[in-house]
Amino acid sequence: MPLSDFQVVIGLEVHAQLLTRSKIFCGCSTAFGAQPNAHTCPVCLGLPGVLPSLNRRVVEFAVRTGLALGCTVKKKSIWARKNYFYPDLPKGYQISQYELPVCEGGSVPFALEGKERTVRLTRIHMEEDAGKNLHDVSPDGSSGVDLNRAGVPLLEIVSEPDIRSVDEAIEYLKSLRAILVYLGVNDGNLEEGSFRCDANVSVMRKGAAAFGTRCEIKNMNSFRFLRQAVEYEARRQVEIVEPGGKVLQETRLFDPARGETRSMRSKEEAHDYRYFPEPDLPPLVVDDALVEEIRRTLPELPRARAARYQRELGLSAYDAGLLTADKAVAEFFDSTLSYHGKGPEAAKRVANWLNGEVAKLANETGLEAGAWKLTPERLAAILDLVGSGTIGGPGAKAVLDEVFRSGADPGEVVERRGLAQVSDEGAIEAAVDRVLAANASEVEKYRGGRKNLIGFFVGQVMKETRGKAHPGVVNALLQKKLGG
Amino acid sequence: MTPRAESPLDLTIQELGRRLAAKELSSVEVTGAALRRIEATDGKLGAFLRVMPEEARAAAKASDARRARGDALSPLDGVPVGLKDIFLTEGVETTCGSRILEGFVPPYDATVVERLRAAGAVVVGKLNMDEFAMGSSNENSAFKPCHNPWDLARTPGGSSGGSAAAVAARQVFGALGTDTGGSIREPAAFCGVVGVKPTYGRVSRYGVIAFASSLDQVGPLGRSVWDAAVQLRHVAGHDPRDMTSSTRPVPDYLEGLEGGANGLRIGVPREWFQGGVEAGVEKVVRGALATYERLGAKLVEVSLPHSRYGVAAYYLLAPAEASSNLARYDGVRFGLRARDAKGLREMYGETRERGFGPEPKRRIMLGTYALSAGYYDAYYLRAQKVRTLIRRDFDRAFEACDVVAGPVAPTVAFKLGEKVDDPLQMYLADIFTITCNLAALPGLSVPAGLHPEERLPVGLQLLGRPFDEATLFRAARALEREIGALPAPAGI
Repeated sequence: MPLSDFQVVIGLEVHAQLLTRSKIFCGCSTAFGAQPNAHTCPVCLGLPGVLPSLNRRVVEFAVRTGLALGCTVKKKSIWARKNYFYPDLPKGYQISQYELPVCEGGSVPFALEGKERTVRLTRIHMEEDAGKNLHDVSPDGSSGVDLNRAGVPLLEIVSEPDIRSVDEAIEYLKSLRAILVYLGVNDGNLEEGSFRCDANVSVMRKGAAAFGTRCEIKNMNSFRFLRQAVEYEARRQVEIVEPGGKVLQETRLFDPARGETRSMRSKEEAHDYRYFPEPDLPPLVVDDALVEEIRRTLPELPRARAARYQRELGLSAYDAGLLTADKAVAEFFDSTLSYHGKGPEAAKRVANWLNGEVAKLANETGLEAGAWKLTPERLAAILDLVGSGTIGGPGAKAVLDEVFRSGADPGEVVERRGLAQVSDEGAIEAAVDRVLAANASEVEKYRGGRKNLIGFFVGQVMKETRGKAHPGVVNALLQKKLGG
Repeated sequence: MTPRAESPLDLTIQELGRRLAAKELSSVEVTGAALRRIEATDGKLGAFLRVMPEEARAAAKASDARRARGDALSPLDGVPVGLKDIFLTEGVETTCGSRILEGFVPPYDATVVERLRAAGAVVVGKLNMDEFAMGSSNENSAFKPCHNPWDLARTPGGSSGGSAAAVAARQVFGALGTDTGGSIREPAAFCGVVGVKPTYGRVSRYGVIAFASSLDQVGPLGRSVWDAAVQLRHVAGHDPRDMTSSTRPVPDYLEGLEGGANGLRIGVPREWFQGGVEAGVEKVVRGALATYERLGAKLVEVSLPHSRYGVAAYYLLAPAEASSNLARYDGVRFGLRARDAKGLREMYGETRERGFGPEPKRRIMLGTYALSAGYYDAYYLRAQKVRTLIRRDFDRAFEACDVVAGPVAPTVAFKLGEKVDDPLQMYLADIFTITCNLAALPGLSVPAGLHPEERLPVGLQLLGRPFDEATLFRAARALEREIGALPAPAGI
């Protein structure tokens, strides 16, 4: 029985670090990249006698996320201790939520191959992050512990097992990530681990009523690795189930070097976390007034923005979707319009450039929108130069390339590199005459009815003028000289 | 021993404050006297794990300077006090009676320590206790036993045994302890002093080493009701660093202290007088109740039907929380580490094997078991339900009475070694005190007299409505005024 007779079933658990300035239970900074243990205090070091003091901002972010994803925000939720020993977990337990999380239900919408999909959420809860063990940091071979990250607030967002393909998993994650970034609660960075994902994967024969036994896959810090890991795991499970074997429920670790998953601990070895209600924190009460206040101040989300671009600016669903997938790009777009004009034509032009040439450059350089040297004002300036006929298409690309890489002033680039378009009829006419004279046989053919040769003549004139001739003027002159 | 009558150490905080204010005594003098008394007696008593002579003398000097300027901070300014070694003291080793914290020097002061210092109190040292506050006799101290100043062959009670013994033995004028299941009230009763377990949430737990977080509460011990009340007044109140601490304002407990017992409705739980209390103890307790009646109080029979499940519920809930609270003693960041261990697992295992004594180990195992998958509902969850039922019993009782009164412990102070090999017998010493913690109510132990044969102190326990410590103080003061102070303990 081939792979295609099986259906993969995926549920995802996302851990998103919240963009609060201070940690969830103390006043220490959440900034990334400091010297080990620079951002610690007795509370996040788990010294004897310390108690957690809740950062209200974390609750606000959780509620904001819950409302944006259509969850039920619980009036009362409970903190719980998740107990296990590990050096990066200073108290020997993680303060999390278990039986009564802050949000239940909700869903994440996204588009897959042009079709609308939603994946249901089980729950969202708040918890504290652990620190990091540092190996090989000391000459005697001993390991160290960096607790800067210990106590950084996390949201755990758990989906139902609604996902049926890796593509769907990735689109779900991209949509969720965009929403979190739009909400200002997370920076969406997979590589630095501020947006992390574990996957529960199982396989079943197509049409089967019951799900197969699932494995939890950890350690996938890019969409590429997620794809590799889930595809590997699905294949592995099918190879077990197909000849009649049984998948063992276990936690598996993805090894990016080998592109494989391997067993980390079996169900029998699974931790018994001995959850119980955290006695140091009273139940969390989220009152209606806070929920309403947060609801009122919810920002526009990616899909609403895309709908608005279609409605108000006449953009295609495709263009609108691309522009809004990254909040920074959408903001770049809006800002460019404020310089370049707000009509549908201007919008279409800006969208074409952003989704085309700019996206290409961003891809080439690997720069996120926030890190571009190109500013909305400069992009608008380049488009204005095109609009006024100062530069043509090829010139504009050259200008954009340089401005994107160096942040230079577009007008200055045009001048320095002599990219300004020639609109002077006399100069162009001379070039046209030269081209016609040099290609007498083609002129003959054209006049004999091969009208499509006009493109050839335009090309030759452009070559003659090193691409600077205004195409409209060239066309008009050629038509006149060739006699219609 | 020097003639006792002349010693300023026999004074109450109330009287000492008056003498300090009148400049008849200086804090430097009384602090010096306290330090000499500790020096002279503690070899036999064992109340102190650490004496802080330099810090104490400096604090006393600063206090005298404030007095001279007329800037006394509070009635506690210049008064030598002790701290159970469960309170974190910045720069001063804090062990919680455990080897696993040997050498641990905290980088911060507990909130209650800050508040005592802000009131001008002179901290003279850290007091002995059962390891991690687990015990009822102070015999679980990893360092040394503490003795009862009435009879050195007996325990002072526990876990705040050092606190009660030091106050009773005139080494300090007052002390702070903690009470999770009776750990202030039982030693107070055994040593003949006043001990208060305030309402859960009344005093900040920040900087107090946790045993069972939902039950632990800080409270004072003193040689009079006034002395206990004045200490509580200065350490109680909301602390933003403890989210379980109450924002209710702290009343002036001293104000209504002399209000008497006339008209007071005293609930006497039927279940607490159905056997199980040693006859002499019961006699003293009943005598105290009779005194109240004479003073115009009304005795009302009440019922606490679920209190019989208190010990069972407590010994699931408290160990469950303890098993989690004690996880941080893993050798990674502070305290003991088994340096010779190979690898992480062995380091964890060896550190905890060597660092914890038998009682913490027993409770970690009990608690881990009670929280385990498959057992949680039957143990932890059921115990929580019992807790709710016990609280409801009290709510109902307090419809008919203002305070509940009864024995603190079934016996007077027992002999060192008597119960040390029988944990269950030891646990039953807390049978009357545990329900108060489970119900989060305030409780107080006040000397009710001496046992008719043993000539050892017997305490009366008073329990009140949540945050109604004021009524407990008033009721306790009425009894204290009537029966007079106990004599100084003869054992030391």
